[in-house]
Formats: sequence, C-alpha cells, structure tokens
Amino acid sequence: MEYFLQQLINGLTLGAIYGLIAIGYTMVYGIIGMINFAHGEIYMIGAFVAVIAFIVLGLAGITWAPAAIALVLLLSMAFTAVYGWTVERFAYRPLRGAPRLAPLISAIGMSILLQNYVQLLQGARVKPIPPVVQGGFTIIERADGFAVNISYLQILIILTTVALMAGFTALINGTPLGRAQRACEQDKKMAGLLGVDVDRTISLTFVMGAALAAVAGVMVTMYYGVIDFFIGFLAGVKAFTAAVLGGIGSLPGAMLGGLAIGLIEAFWSGYFSIEYKDVAAFSILVLVLIFRPTGLLGRPEIEKV
Amino acid sequence: MLSIQGVRTFYGSIEALKGVDLEVAEGEIVTLIGANGAGKSTLLMTVCGSPQARSGRILFEGREITRLPTFEIVRRGIAQSPEGRRIFPRMTVLENLQMGSVTAEPGSYARELERVFELFPRLKERMHQRGGTLSGGEQQMLAIGRALMSQPRLLLLDEPSLGLAPLVVRQIFSVIRDINRERGMTVFLVEQNAFHALKLAHRGYVLVNGRVTLGGTGAELLANAEVRTAYLEGGH
Ligand SMILES: Nc1ncnc2c1ncn2[C@@H]1O[C@H](COP(=O)(O)OP(=O)(O)O)[C@@H](O)[C@H]1O
Ligand SMILES: [Mg+2]
Repeated sequence: MEYFLQQLINGLTLGAIYGLIAIGYTMVYGIIGMINFAHGEIYMIGAFVAVIAFIVLGLAGITWAPAAIALVLLLSMAFTAVYGWTVERFAYRPLRGAPRLAPLISAIGMSILLQNYVQLLQGARVKPIPPVVQGGFTIIERADGFAVNISYLQILIILTTVALMAGFTALINGTPLGRAQRACEQDKKMAGLLGVDVDRTISLTFVMGAALAAVAGVMVTMYYGVIDFFIGFLAGVKAFTAAVLGGIGSLPGAMLGGLAIGLIEAFWSGYFSIEYKDVAAFSILVLVLIFRPTGLLGRPEIEKV
Repeated sequence: MLSIQGVRTFYGSIEALKGVDLEVAEGEIVTLIGANGAGKSTLLMTVCGSPQARSGRILFEGREITRLPTFEIVRRGIAQSPEGRRIFPRMTVLENLQMGSVTAEPGSYARELERVFELFPRLKERMHQRGGTLSGGEQQMLAIGRALMSQPRLLLLDEPSLGLAPLVVRQIFSVIRDINRERGMTVFLVEQNAFHALKLAHRGYVLVNGRVTLGGTGAELLANAEVRTAYLEGGH
C-alpha cells in the first residue's frame, strides 16, 4: 500500500509533465490536422533555456527559489513561444493546402534541424544544474522503515500543472480567442468569413502549445537536474502517445492521456522492471486503440466536406 | 454599394465566373438566380475574397476590396450566410452567435443578440443546444442570425431556402423583408427558388454558366418568358 502510494506520487509528477507537452500536440492537430513532430524539440529548447537562465540568475545573485523559478518560467516560455511561432510561420504555413504528407515531412525535418542546432550551439554533453528546490516531507513511515515521500518539487510540478490546465481550459472554453480557435478547428473557411484572422489564430495555437511545453521543460530540468539535446525525442514520443491515448484533438484527453502514461510508467518501473517501462506505455496505447480507435475521450472522426 | 466589374474566378484551370458585372445599391434587395453550378456561390465567395477574383474589380462602398484577405473584407461590413449554412456543429447556438460578433463594434453584442432573438425566438429557446443538433430550418435561422451579429451593411445570403419546408421558407423570407424594410439592410440574395426570390427582391440578375445573361426588376424578370421557362416551370 505504501509502495503503491509512492509510485502514485511519482506517476502523477511524470503525468503532469507529459500532459503539458501533450496539449501542444493535440491543439495543433485539432486546428490544422497535423502532427507537429518538432514539438518535442520545442520542449527540449525550453529545458535548455531553463538551464541557461538558472545559471545566469545564479551568477546575478538571484537565488531565492520562488523568484528564480518564476523568472526562468517566464524566460523559457517567451523563448520557446518565439521558436513555436517561427517553426509554424516558416516550415508549416507555406505548405498549407499542400498534400498532407508535405507538412509532416517538414515537421520531421524541423525536429532534426532543431536537435542539431542545439547540439551545435550547446554541445552534446549533458547539462547539469544544481538543485533548485530541495526537501519534501514524509507522508507515511512504515514500521520497517519504508517511507512515502513527496518532495516540494513534486508538489510544485503537480500544482503548477493543475493550475495551468485549469487556466488553459478556461481560456479555450470562455474567451474570444479560445472560441476562435475552436471555430477554426471546426470550419476554417467559415471562421474566416466571420472575420477571424485564421493564420494568426493558428500561430497563437503554436505559441500556446510551445509555452506549455516550456513549462514542462523547466520542470524536468529541475526534477532530473540534467538535460541533453536529445531529451525531446523520447518525451515527445511519449507525450504524443498520451495525446493519441486521450483522443487526439481533445484537450481533456491530452491531460488524461498524459496522466495515464505517467502512471503506467511509474507503476511499471515500480512493480516490474524499469527497462521495459517505455514498451509498457506503448503496449497500452496499442491495446486502447484496438478497442477504442478514437482514444479515451476522442470523438469519432466526422467526414469533413 | 457593391459593384462587381468584369470579375473572373477560377478553380485551378476551370473558369467558374467568366466576367460578371453586377451592382447592388444601398437599401436594395437584389437577387441572383441561376441553375445549379451556374457560379452563384462562387460569386458570393469571391466578394468575400475566398477564392479571389483572377481579374476584374470588386468595390464596396466605393473602395476596392478585390485583393484584400477575407477577414479584412468582412471587417468592412459584409456578412455572409454561406451555402450549406456552415454552423459550427460542436458549439452552442449562443457560441455560434458570439462568433458572429468577431468584427462587431465593441459593446454592441448584447443589443444585437436581443435583436436576433426577436427575429428568431426559436434560437433563444435553443440557446444552449449544440449547433449540430438543430433542424435545417433552425440552422438557417442561426446562420442568418450569426451574420447579423456583426451589424453588417451588406448581407449576403446563399440559398437560404434550400431543403426547407415551405412554411419555414416563408418565415425566413419574411424576416429578410423585415430586416430590409425596418433596418434598411442591403441584401444580396442568391436563390434557386426563383419565384419567391424575385417576388421579394427589388431587382434581380440571372446567372448562366458563369455569365450574367439578364437583369431587371423583380417584376420584369418574373414576367420574362425565358425566366419563366427556365426557372419557374411547374412552379407555384
Ligand atoms: N471548390 C471548388 N473546386 C472546383 N470547382 C468548383 C468548386 N466549387 C465550385 N466549383 C465549380 O464551379 C462551378 C460553379 O459552382 P457554384 O458556384 O457552386 O455554383 P452554384 O452556387 O450556382 O450552384 C461549378 O461547375 C462547380 O463544379
Ligand atoms: Mg451554390
């Protein structure tokens, strides 16, 4: 029971991070029907900005954790938003209206390009940062000494994610921008006829997805303490899996899918073997898709005219 | 108010409009009738810049809009209820109407919503229902209501009667007449239902295969022998 609780806490933390990245996949898919393979790299760039920002802030003497984290988050979100915007503007927008395969190939190209770009600029070695948030507390301690711990960082990650997801859901459901995004998702031509600047709305969708991925990048940097230019690949694949598992195009689906992948991974490593944790997540995905091809919360594909 | 001059529109290499000239004056209801595939919807969409005319000019209130992006054109005061109505199926009726006010002047929303509900009380009853679950007639009301939310000076309607029961058609046409008479709204109405459209309109044009072949007052066209055989046969 105690062991279960510990895996649950670890799984929630991981799930929060995957969920944040998955939102970017699902929103972009929703609005332009394309898998943005470069999204994992956007997240990776968010993590690199975090490392650099933490170091610079440390040199500048800003070491009070809440201030440092807030500043790093803002910087990382701003930088990745620019990257997200740029990728859409120059790699995808010119291909709008081209056959579906073209932007997909462009996306894979962008993913490789961004990876190499960071590798060239920052080197291939892992980048460590000193711990930013330390400590935590013990929830339960068993007689034999096994303790269930939750770190302050885990609490921070989970709470930040919950707050962001709530805010983001409110934005999509209740603001003119969110409404315009949903309108573009359902019928871009009609949205344009009503005066929506469709290109701008698509750009903003990339910007928002990138900013959320940046938050995940900052959290991961603090959580593991090391990053490298390749972390975007596996995290991207898993977050994409999460988005498909939840039902691609569905916002709550991405959150639920992220949570599910995080929990599967944590429990699998906790109870079976740490080696096959990635295989486990993908196997569950295959199973779900066999029985529910639209994912957990996806709606059946409607013929678009 | 709207002046279309020698407009030619292509889909790839197919020429859908082969040089159309047409005028709509302020305060008028002008109808464009024509068979299926004549290019009526293409003309309305070309006015809105999607697709853009390959040659010719379109002026709105004296200013050229031919090459503007769609959202710029509609921001100048043109709203369309397009062919097939194009209601956002997974948005509520209210959200669909809110989408209509994207280009409206700020602060007008509550008043315009009230006016739309006055014209179509049914929409008020169905306010929180999803657009996709409405009947055809209700969807048409919603498409017109959504277009009105932006307080347009020119309203473009593409076959509002298509597929609707005669009673509903009469209701919709009487609303079109009301907004024209009471608000002075200029209406450009595309219809296959020529009889009703010509009775309602001040003037009309006939579009055949991408070209305007006839023009005149509604009454003249109704009396025209060609129009009678081609568009009113067996009618009403
Ligand atoms: N998106 C399109 N792509 C290619 N051809 C089209 C498209 N839309 C319409 N057409 C063609 O253009 C012509 C005019 O169509 P349309 O404007 O829809 O006529 P109407 O509204 O009068 O029925 C038709 O021959 C039609 O097949
Ligand atoms: Mg048509």
